[in-house]
Amino acid sequence: MSQRAANCPNCGAPVQFRWSSAIQTTCAYCRSILVRRDVNLERVGEVADLPPDPSPIQIGTEGVYRDKSFVLVGRILYEYEQGGWNEWHAVCQDGRSAWLSDAQAEYAVSFLTPHQGLPAANQVRPGQRMMLNGVVYEVTVLTRARYRGVEGELPFEYWDKSEALFADLRTPDARFATIDYSEDPPLLFLGEAVGFDDLRLKNLRQFEGWS
Amino acid sequence: MSASAQVRALNCSSCGAPLTVRAFQHTLSVVCGNCLSVLDAKDPNLRVLQRFQERQRVLPRIPMGTRGKVRGDPYEVVGFQVRTITVDGEQYSWSEYLLFNPYKGFRYLTEYQGHWNDVVTLRNVPEVDTGGQRPRARLLGETYDHFQTAEAETTFVLGEFPWQVRVGDRAMVMDFVSPPRILSRESTGSETVWSLGEYMTGAQVWQAFQLPGGPPAAQGVFANQPSPYTGKVRGIWGLWGILTLLLVLVGLLAYTFTGREEVFRRMYSFSPRAGGEVSFVTDVFELKGRPSSAEVKVSTDLSNNWAYFQFALINADTGQAYDFGREVSHYFGRDSDGAWREGGPSDSATVPAVPAGRYYLRVEPEMDAGAAAMRYELVVRRDVPSLGFLFIAAGLLLIPPIFTTVRAVVFSQRRWAESDYASTDSDDGDSGDDD
Repeated sequence: MSQRAANCPNCGAPVQFRWSSAIQTTCAYCRSILVRRDVNLERVGEVADLPPDPSPIQIGTEGVYRDKSFVLVGRILYEYEQGGWNEWHAVCQDGRSAWLSDAQAEYAVSFLTPHQGLPAANQVRPGQRMMLNGVVYEVTVLTRARYRGVEGELPFEYWDKSEALFADLRTPDARFATIDYSEDPPLLFLGEAVGFDDLRLKNLRQFEGWS
Repeated sequence: MSASAQVRALNCSSCGAPLTVRAFQHTLSVVCGNCLSVLDAKDPNLRVLQRFQERQRVLPRIPMGTRGKVRGDPYEVVGFQVRTITVDGEQYSWSEYLLFNPYKGFRYLTEYQGHWNDVVTLRNVPEVDTGGQRPRARLLGETYDHFQTAEAETTFVLGEFPWQVRVGDRAMVMDFVSPPRILSRESTGSETVWSLGEYMTGAQVWQAFQLPGGPPAAQGVFANQPSPYTGKVRGIWGLWGILTLLLVLVGLLAYTFTGREEVFRRMYSFSPRAGGEVSFVTDVFELKGRPSSAEVKVSTDLSNNWAYFQFALINADTGQAYDFGREVSHYFGRDSDGAWREGGPSDSATVPAVPAGRYYLRVEPEMDAGAAAMRYELVVRRDVPSLGFLFIAAGLLLIPPIFTTVRAVVFSQRRWAESDYASTDSDDGDSGDDD
């Protein structure tokens, strides 16, 4: 899996990988969703037109988290009745995958964390407290979101989704957790809320009139 | 792959007036500035969410689209809402300005009767302690006292919002204060959001947004308005301590270094059994220099006995007399509790501000008729430091700190008068140095 470049099996355009371990990516030209199967790229679907994105972050944005640099290589976009948010897939300098969530310019960094015995989707409520990795978290909000699309490189196949429930949890010291009920068993992401300035982001989008 | 974010110019689907969406695709609802209809900004046809606002139009003090600098970053005013609580049948309304920066996100400016707060939503969930008399909230090591809980209703909206806003939106708002900060917990049925505000003066807001004219004057004392006496109370008492210490030092120095010139010393004896005229006058002695104090000290050999001395310090040339008396009593012994002692064999009197001149003393001793004879010595010293002025100065020094403390307490009372705890006496921990 060391190959860093390939061609889109659909349109033949070159597909460049920023991260050699990517399992899935999208073709920037024909919007095909491409999944690595053995040594081949296989087209599994097509991304619908993504809505205009108000996020200042883009694929290729670099930043620093806990003194380690990272680069954003992909994203998953969700929508719900109160707006939308991006889960940016970050590849850290040590090769780990992390997620930078960006909801109305509020940011959190989290890592997929294996965890047994998460409450089922119908058992989780706002205000509920639970112990995750030795820390008590409080469920602050439940969001039923619609998978809206993907872009770029992801560490797993993620394309055949529809609606999913997310539980956001927080602590007094700005730790942050999300339980993603789109999978069974659900996935746990643990991390922390971060300030925009703390991430020292580079290669951001430019907005006209805002320099 | 996605179209670029940009400011959009649209037309109201209700009245056709032009309107601007400034916060890109973050905006979920936008209010027509002309007909005040609330529109769904996500809908291509700008579906009307709410047709009219019953309340009277409110003119924001900062117009929509104004840019300013908050905490070093540029922000644009994109939304405005008025929220109202009802307490004891009285309605109280405050304004909230929604500020937007595409990188830093949203923040708020709130205004109530000329008092402003810079508010950000929190990434942390403060801990609430409801165990005590009043709930407290803790955030990053700081404790906030509960101020008020009320249901806030949105009574007017203008501009745009990253949520689906409606006139009539309701939320329970719990405020906790630790001036100059205020911690607010807002809960609707489905969500709880904490925010942290920091007090700003109108002048600071006017400066930040380069607004014309002057800000409205602040009325009363606001929940998290920093007390102008914070630190001052402690500071002024600290200053008082230093000055009082200096005063004591001055007193000690004066006591050590003033002249204390001995001008007269002589031994006498007195026997009450002798009878006859007991009063006598001493030789003349001279008091020199500027008017200053003179000390008359009497030292006796009294033991388990007492004597009374009537003195007059008399100017030999003018006849002016200073009359004073001193009782000397000296008793001691031993009982079941051990040795005891009362009084002493000597005493002194200081006559202040005696002008220079030639003086003598008239002395009239008195004892019990049957008492044994007593020997005593009279010593007169010039320029003995009088420390009375020090006590007056110490008293005067107390006035400013007491004055400031009282003002701080009054400020604190005015702050809490607007809270849920207005009826309680405000000396339960909130008085003293208000902070």
